[in-house]
Amino acid sequence: MIDLSKTIDLSTTYLGLKLKNPLVASSSPICEDVGNVRRLEDSGAAAVVLQSLFEEQIELENEELDRFITEGSELSAESVTHFPELTRRVAGPEAYLKHIERCKQAVGIPVVASLNGSTKGGWVGYAKQMEQAGADALELNIYYIPTDPAVSGEQVEQRYVDLVRAVKETVGIPVAVKLGPYFSSLGNMAGKLDAAGADALVLFNRFYQPDFDLEALEVVPNLILSNSHELLLRLHWIAVLYGNVKADLALTGGVHNAADVVKAMMAGSKVAMMTSALLKRGISYLDTIATELLVWMGEHEYESIRQMQGSMSRRSVPQPAAFERANYMKVLSSYSMR
Amino acid sequence: MTSSSTATRPKVLIDGNEAAAYVAHQTNEVIAIYPITPSSNMGEWADQWSSEGKTNIWGTVPSVIEMQSEGGAAGAIHGALQAGSLATTFTASQGLLLMLPNMFKIAGELTATVFHIAARAVATHALSIFGDHSDVMAVRAAGYGMLASGSVQEVMDMALIAQAASLESRIPFLHFFDGFRTSHEVAKIEQLTQDDMRAMIEEKLVMAHRARALNPENPVIRGTAQNPDVFFQARETVNPFYLAAPTIVQNAMDRFAEVTGRRYHLFDYVGAPDAERVIVIMGSGAEVAHEAVEALNAAGEKVGLLKVRLFRPFPVETFVAALPASAKSLAILERTKEPGATGEPMYCDVITALVEMGVSKKVIGGRYGLASKEFTPAMVKGVFDELKKAHPKNHFTVGINDDVTHTSLGYDPEYSTEEPGTVRAMFYGLGADGTVGANKNSIKIIGEETDNFAQGYFVYDSKKSGAITVSHLRFGPKPIRSSYLIDKASFVACHQFSFLERIDVLKAAAPGATFLLNSIYGPDEVWDHLPRTVQRQIIGKKLKFYVIDGYEVAKQTGMGGRVNTIMQTCFFAISGVLPREEAIAAIKHSIEKTYGRRGESIVKKNFAAVDAALGNLYEVKVPEAVSSLFDIRPAVPAAAPDFVQKVTAKICAGEGDDLPVSAMPIDGTFPTATAQWEKRNIALEIPVWDEALCIQCGKCVLVCPHSVIRAKVYDAQHLEGAPPTFKAVPARWKDMKDRKYTLQVAPEDCTGCTLCVEFCPVKSKTEVKRRAINMAPQVPLRESEAANWDFFMQIPDTDRKVLSLSQVKDVQLLQPLFEFSGACSGCGETPYVKLMTQLFGDRMLIGNATGCSSIYGGNLPTTPFCVNADGRGPSWSNSLFEDNAEFAFGMRLAADKQNEYARELVWRLNAVIGENLAQALLNAVQKTEQDIFAQRERVQELKQKLAGVNTAEARDLISLADALVKKSIWAVGGDGWAYDIGYGGLDHVLASGRNVNVLVLDTEVYSNTGGQASKATPRGAVAKFAAAGKPVGKKDLALMAISYGSVYVAKVAMGAGDMHTVKAFLEAEAFDGPSLIIAYSHCIAHGYDLTYGMDQQKAAVNSGYWPLFRYNPDLAAQDKNPFQLDSRAPSIPLKDYIYNETRYTMLVKSNPEHATELLHLAESDVASRWKIYEHMAHQPMNGGEKK
Repeated sequence: MIDLSKTIDLSTTYLGLKLKNPLVASSSPICEDVGNVRRLEDSGAAAVVLQSLFEEQIELENEELDRFITEGSELSAESVTHFPELTRRVAGPEAYLKHIERCKQAVGIPVVASLNGSTKGGWVGYAKQMEQAGADALELNIYYIPTDPAVSGEQVEQRYVDLVRAVKETVGIPVAVKLGPYFSSLGNMAGKLDAAGADALVLFNRFYQPDFDLEALEVVPNLILSNSHELLLRLHWIAVLYGNVKADLALTGGVHNAADVVKAMMAGSKVAMMTSALLKRGISYLDTIATELLVWMGEHEYESIRQMQGSMSRRSVPQPAAFERANYMKVLSSYSMR
Repeated sequence: MTSSSTATRPKVLIDGNEAAAYVAHQTNEVIAIYPITPSSNMGEWADQWSSEGKTNIWGTVPSVIEMQSEGGAAGAIHGALQAGSLATTFTASQGLLLMLPNMFKIAGELTATVFHIAARAVATHALSIFGDHSDVMAVRAAGYGMLASGSVQEVMDMALIAQAASLESRIPFLHFFDGFRTSHEVAKIEQLTQDDMRAMIEEKLVMAHRARALNPENPVIRGTAQNPDVFFQARETVNPFYLAAPTIVQNAMDRFAEVTGRRYHLFDYVGAPDAERVIVIMGSGAEVAHEAVEALNAAGEKVGLLKVRLFRPFPVETFVAALPASAKSLAILERTKEPGATGEPMYCDVITALVEMGVSKKVIGGRYGLASKEFTPAMVKGVFDELKKAHPKNHFTVGINDDVTHTSLGYDPEYSTEEPGTVRAMFYGLGADGTVGANKNSIKIIGEETDNFAQGYFVYDSKKSGAITVSHLRFGPKPIRSSYLIDKASFVACHQFSFLERIDVLKAAAPGATFLLNSIYGPDEVWDHLPRTVQRQIIGKKLKFYVIDGYEVAKQTGMGGRVNTIMQTCFFAISGVLPREEAIAAIKHSIEKTYGRRGESIVKKNFAAVDAALGNLYEVKVPEAVSSLFDIRPAVPAAAPDFVQKVTAKICAGEGDDLPVSAMPIDGTFPTATAQWEKRNIALEIPVWDEALCIQCGKCVLVCPHSVIRAKVYDAQHLEGAPPTFKAVPARWKDMKDRKYTLQVAPEDCTGCTLCVEFCPVKSKTEVKRRAINMAPQVPLRESEAANWDFFMQIPDTDRKVLSLSQVKDVQLLQPLFEFSGACSGCGETPYVKLMTQLFGDRMLIGNATGCSSIYGGNLPTTPFCVNADGRGPSWSNSLFEDNAEFAFGMRLAADKQNEYARELVWRLNAVIGENLAQALLNAVQKTEQDIFAQRERVQELKQKLAGVNTAEARDLISLADALVKKSIWAVGGDGWAYDIGYGGLDHVLASGRNVNVLVLDTEVYSNTGGQASKATPRGAVAKFAAAGKPVGKKDLALMAISYGSVYVAKVAMGAGDMHTVKAFLEAEAFDGPSLIIAYSHCIAHGYDLTYGMDQQKAAVNSGYWPLFRYNPDLAAQDKNPFQLDSRAPSIPLKDYIYNETRYTMLVKSNPEHATELLHLAESDVASRWKIYEHMAHQPMNGGEKK
């Protein structure tokens, strides 16, 4: 029996890092546990993106701690305080930074730290600290919901660009930017980020959209795991952007099997990132995907991942219009005829 | 004092408790603690230092362990001492009394130790948390040496001297100082170094102590039982040690002087060498007397003062030798009362000493300062003036007006010895607004940045919601001995504008003083918003007047409602105590120190507040005439009853000191139902009923912690004369459809907690944020809603007899007989207390354990327990912390005995009473409201029948007839009582089989003394004495009680099951035996917005942390499973419940790994407990069905 792993080259590069395959664990709570990170490596992940450090959350938690310690004080002569002194300074990013260090010690694969800042100082400061803690690269998780109607699209875009530039000026390690799909001109935006120095664009962030509880009449946070349908939007945009930006492209969201990985590669992605599939089937499912990937490539006589990367991008397909609006019209009409 | 001896010692600004704890922690190995005000902080410091790894002078970290009571702490210390460790403890008041048996043992065994005591009044006619010497005097027979400190510096010094002397003399010592006045006074002192302590503690004495220990390598037996033949002789063996002790103490003091330069004597004389009149006194009063004596000497008066340091063993010769030979008359001043004695203890000692030494002087004794009553130089002068008289009053009092037995001395209250160079500043703040904390920082800044001496003392009122704090700060170039409140302030700051209308904040302002006001009104408009009294004083005293809109600055800088650092910055700017830039740098440094551990963002926003403050500070140009049309509101309305007008109102207005002895009840008995007269108006927003949305479910009424939301169903005719905005809608009751329903809020009693809004189940169909009850600003509604409330209150209550008490909807219509308490806004305990009074209040006796519930239930000035239209209501008392189950049990014994005797008398007087009535009385079933009502009618008839019968038996029966109506006896208290200090008694009462109902308000922490861990504290929660997260799980008190099989037990959480809670109360009361209800009580000590208190209760139940169940032995008698699990299997992860609370997240933030470990353990606690309960709920019973 032929050992496909010896004949087929799964390796890829991403953010200037050489990866043994394109399978990367995307930023999620799975990576909060060093044991899980280790299991990810054992199951074949070529790199991990750690869970995000949320600057706003750190500040909010500190605010609350301060508020409730204070609200419980000076109430009566007997209970001047209700809490002991904090035994240590509250953790800001320290726990996260320590986690980076631990992960670096635990695994040999690259460890990408993920950051969600709320202030410019926070973005830059934490990015520097993450670099110092040993992160191989950074992923900027720019999770910004512009609810203020006074803020224009240009302002939002400028904010992204400024941030990327500032972080790039601060750190020496590669920087990826994780984006949402909601830009008026994504190609243009990608170009701006490219120019600002982003080493990779990660498409797309999945926003946890609030749901309604109809019995309680409450807005409730909702986490729905992704499915393969979500892949299509990503394939579309990676295929469109491929070749138009210097930055690496990474696909995240909707990768659930080897076929999804193949599609991601063909669209032009350097890596395929996963969380939902692992949450549903367990971390060891990565190993299955890697095997299936080899099998598929063997059956279809592909020699390497690099060979297929971008092979079905907008510039590589015979009808680029398939990626344009006409496609939409056609689908609808074909649907109605069925 | 040599300069070299002080050069290396740091100057620190600390309070007396910290000073004592510092030395105790440095010079001991084992510390057993238990919280009791005002000594708790000593234990807290020791625990904190040990948890931070601070070592003692031998380089090892002392073991600090919290015990279940002071009795337990004393036992543990006794054991530790016997096993050869250096061991100590801290306590006060009843806590010290609980240690007494061990103290006799420890002394009898000649064991070296020092107990540090923040001396506090022992509860008599009333509890008091404040300072006097009745506790230490009560234990003076135990054989402990007793060393008194009068100032914070002395506390640190004497703590060490006592330690050294005890080791050498082998006599255990009580080192005591005045509770609050010294224990809580912050002062600038010189801190002893480890070298100082090493120099004082002799190694060979430590070795000797250790060598005396029990040790199987060299076994001895101690603690034998002795017979009449030898006990007496053996008891006398200790005499040489007591004879030697005073010299040993003096030697230690001399050695201390060599080391530190501060010289003390067993008795220190201050004053004219040729003084004729001398006061003898100990404690902080000696500092006051010192200040007065110096002033009187300067005025040429031949007076002096003898400060007593060593009170036991009392050195007779030294005492007499310390008196100036010129002294003709002595006044012995004591902070204790010994009723029936020939005099207070020290007076008797002095008389004895003089007689034994053959010295003749005129001696009088008197009492001052009981329970922290103010003691001032004016009173000292009053005593000296009395000594001038040919026949001075003996056994006098000073500082009060005793118009009954006329013991009190007169004095001129205007006499003042305040040093002109001392700055005296007063700050009025709102509890929890950070004013006290900022002032403590200010003192530190002044003390550390300048050469000034500094002193801070902080006064709180007795409410936990809307409390006023008053900070008294002194600083100046001369040492400050003024251990009394400021009454001539050079600076007054009022941090809350609304106080101006409530209290006279400028009463203590000296002429020419500065007044700083936090005001939403600017410098040009503020004047018209000031009450007349305030305007009059600003003009009359020529005050310099500044305003700042601190609220606005706080808002702009992200400080929310916290104005403390803003006002602090203004104080420094106006007072000029430091150059402005220097002051701001120092404030920022102290912010960094105070808030640094809470994170960078907290520090930054405080910095921003400091920077923004001064730009908003304005001086007000004061007009020449008083122009305001309003004044400070009267403390109580004119409609209040006589006692409230004459006594309560004075206390409310802060004038309680002026009440004479004759105004006070003689035995601590007070009328109930007085809280209704104290309209505090503390809510910024109050709930407003939306009658169109309301479904009349009554949940808001149920959860309201302050009983300010009421509902009534009544006939429409009662609406006649209703105020124009009074709301009424048709009642939504099947059988009361034709009647009206009103939900009314008491606008002036509401604390604005919003629990009601959050618990309202109704949401508007067009805008879901709108409920059937919504918050709105109080001020515009105050008058109209107050009128509506008054009108509502005179509508008759709905007849209890027609209501179904197991329905929350019906329970809302029952009058609460507990209202408007001073509990925290949003309190989680009081809804249960209120419910209890709604259901059974008209026939209940309550024994209340000391704690939060006894403070909001029984702290003067007003009483929340009240009466119904018939004048019936709960009768309440607080015995102690540790004995509450037994106390209520005693009430049950009395009620049962009286009932039994009354029934016997009914039998005996059958002929007079008449067969029918007698049988009806004896056979009455009293299970329902109707039954109780009928029995009351019968008792009334009985009394009428017996009224004309002039026999002893008939008179007896009349006096006992009420005992024929069923009484509901309740023991109420917190987890500190039920799980810890009172557990033994509670267990015994539960085992007794007698009908006592126990309500445990489980906040899982000692809330009232400031959040110390109890055995109810859950694993992983941070509390004092568990700063690193409680490592072990919560005790399952319910399961322990269930194990008897004869106790009704329910675990309830109103927020998760309101109907379940009501049912549990009804079943517990109906069960003819002991009942235990453990009620989940959210608490400010849990650290979250209590608006969500009921949601958190739900989360506690849904996570499986707090399963709801009832165990009813009556069901077992019916062959049914007595255990009913009333909540569902856990449906949310534990962390979704606990990580909403600061008590848990503190650990997550400060030590995340340990927090995760404890979380996992806590999760398995929940899982295993659930399994046990589920198993119990599914136990098949004999002949019964398997559930």
